[in-house]
Amino acid sequence: MIHQLSIFLENTSGTLITVLQQLKKANVQLISMTIADTAEYGILRIICAEPLRACDVLKEAGVAVALSDVFALELDNRPGAGADVVEAFSAAGISLSYIYTFHMRGKGIMIFRTDNAELAAQVITDNKFLTIEEEELEKWV
Amino acid sequence: MIWNPNKECMSLDERRELQGRRLRKIVTYVYHNVPFYRHKLQEMDITPDDIRTIDDIVKLPFTTKKDLRDNYPFGLQAAPQSEIIRIHASSGTTGNPTIVGYTRKDIGVWTECMARCLTAYGVTRNDIFSVAYGYGLFTGGLGAHNGVEMVGASVVPASTGNTEKHVKLIRDLGITGIACTPSYALYLAETMDRMGVTKNDINLRVGAFGAEPWTEQMRTEIEERLGLKGYNIYGLSEVMGPSVSYECEMQHGSHINEDHFFPEIIDPVTLERLPNGQTGELVFTTLTKEGMPVLRYRTRDLCTLLDGECECGRTTVRMGRIQGRSDDMLIIRGINVFPSQVESVVLSMPEFAPRYMLIVDRVNNLDTLTVQVEIRQEYFTDVFDTPAAIDALEKKLSARLKSVLSIAAKVQLKAPNTIERSQGKSAHVIDKRNL
Repeated sequence: MIHQLSIFLENTSGTLITVLQQLKKANVQLISMTIADTAEYGILRIICAEPLRACDVLKEAGVAVALSDVFALELDNRPGAGADVVEAFSAAGISLSYIYTFHMRGKGIMIFRTDNAELAAQVITDNKFLTIEEEELEKWV
Repeated sequence: MIWNPNKECMSLDERRELQGRRLRKIVTYVYHNVPFYRHKLQEMDITPDDIRTIDDIVKLPFTTKKDLRDNYPFGLQAAPQSEIIRIHASSGTTGNPTIVGYTRKDIGVWTECMARCLTAYGVTRNDIFSVAYGYGLFTGGLGAHNGVEMVGASVVPASTGNTEKHVKLIRDLGITGIACTPSYALYLAETMDRMGVTKNDINLRVGAFGAEPWTEQMRTEIEERLGLKGYNIYGLSEVMGPSVSYECEMQHGSHINEDHFFPEIIDPVTLERLPNGQTGELVFTTLTKEGMPVLRYRTRDLCTLLDGECECGRTTVRMGRIQGRSDDMLIIRGINVFPSQVESVVLSMPEFAPRYMLIVDRVNNLDTLTVQVEIRQEYFTDVFDTPAAIDALEKKLSARLKSVLSIAAKVQLKAPNTIERSQGKSAHVIDKRNL
């Protein structure tokens, strides 16, 4: 599993840039980010290099930030790769809280979180899905 | 029409004499039955014998909302429980509501005062009258209800909510009078518009509006849209309930039932009594109440007392419109809301920083309350990395606010350190209603 920064942002102008500027100032490199938004606020989710340090930097700046443990899976570069993965979890009765993907070095990477991490890890092993750990991601940066 | 000309049209001398006699009696009564008042009077070295005329009222101590809270629930009750036939409760400044017990005689006085109001509005036994104040702990519903029955009109206990059904009843039954908050009257007008019901389809002619501040512009709009004449009614549960004062057909200030509720205007800072005509804080002494009499209760409402004969024939003093509050109480949908109530709820939940902002607005003529709170940085854990989890947190606060405030509040979660740290009493409130 890898660390994701989860950040509470009000849905008003200027809140996103303030957070990103803090990370820039601390020389943190982003790998992926996505926002789950509502009319009034959003949860900004960031995968980055050195997430623990990045989290400390943001906390210091007074940001509502938390570290979430999320799975990172490498997806085959073929149609249906995503469906196969989600199907395996679905078959095991695991629901995913959220999911997003990005490409890095020609590989598709799927990030997801589930409340049942133990069972998810079992499904990953059983299906021989390829997980990516933090050290690997950071090597690529 | 005048319900009780003997009392409403007394000569000023006669009334002063009556008030003086009643004041002496009520001071004697609380002295012997309410330890709180006995101690206060003893501390000030006053005995009931010092009260000879109504002017001696300035010798008496004030009573505040805090006194009611400190003596929760029955500390200020003067009558034994066996004599109490009804208990109402209104919001307190923090956790505990204000409890008011009424004896059978109190309910009788209240009902007569309500009958005086309705008669001044022209309500008779030939009317069908809908009471659209909330029925329950709030004094509005039952208080108005009893009065309507007393004058002999047919009371329709509509209460609040289900506005479309209410409009249907107003039209189908030919309802001629209504008691509700002025903002609810406007909401009713809007509901009628939506339903395609016009003022020509209904028979409303009298409206008794109160429980929240309103303006002359609102009166004009309500009268125009509902095709009725709108009258102010004023009251507060600590003193009795609705009918402490009421407008007559002249619509220029509300006549106070001063044979039962003696009004004074004081300077809220020096606490000196001010002459009639000056604006200050309204203070009431209940002259006849048995259940929970109050001496010089500070309403915190700012207004003016108006002397002078009224063309309607009543000789009672009138109070002008409420111009504001000398504390931070808000009236939202007719319900009293203190920022301190919100504060106590916010402080009880460690997820939130001890800062908050109340935003009050009026949308489609209905008051709305939004409570902004900050999530505390150390409580923002990975549990909250989905909107569903944040929404659940907002709902948790919202449910607690509802149970304390008795009205729904929308919770808006803010990032840490985004709500201004406030100084001063009104800094916790943004009231956009423009009243």
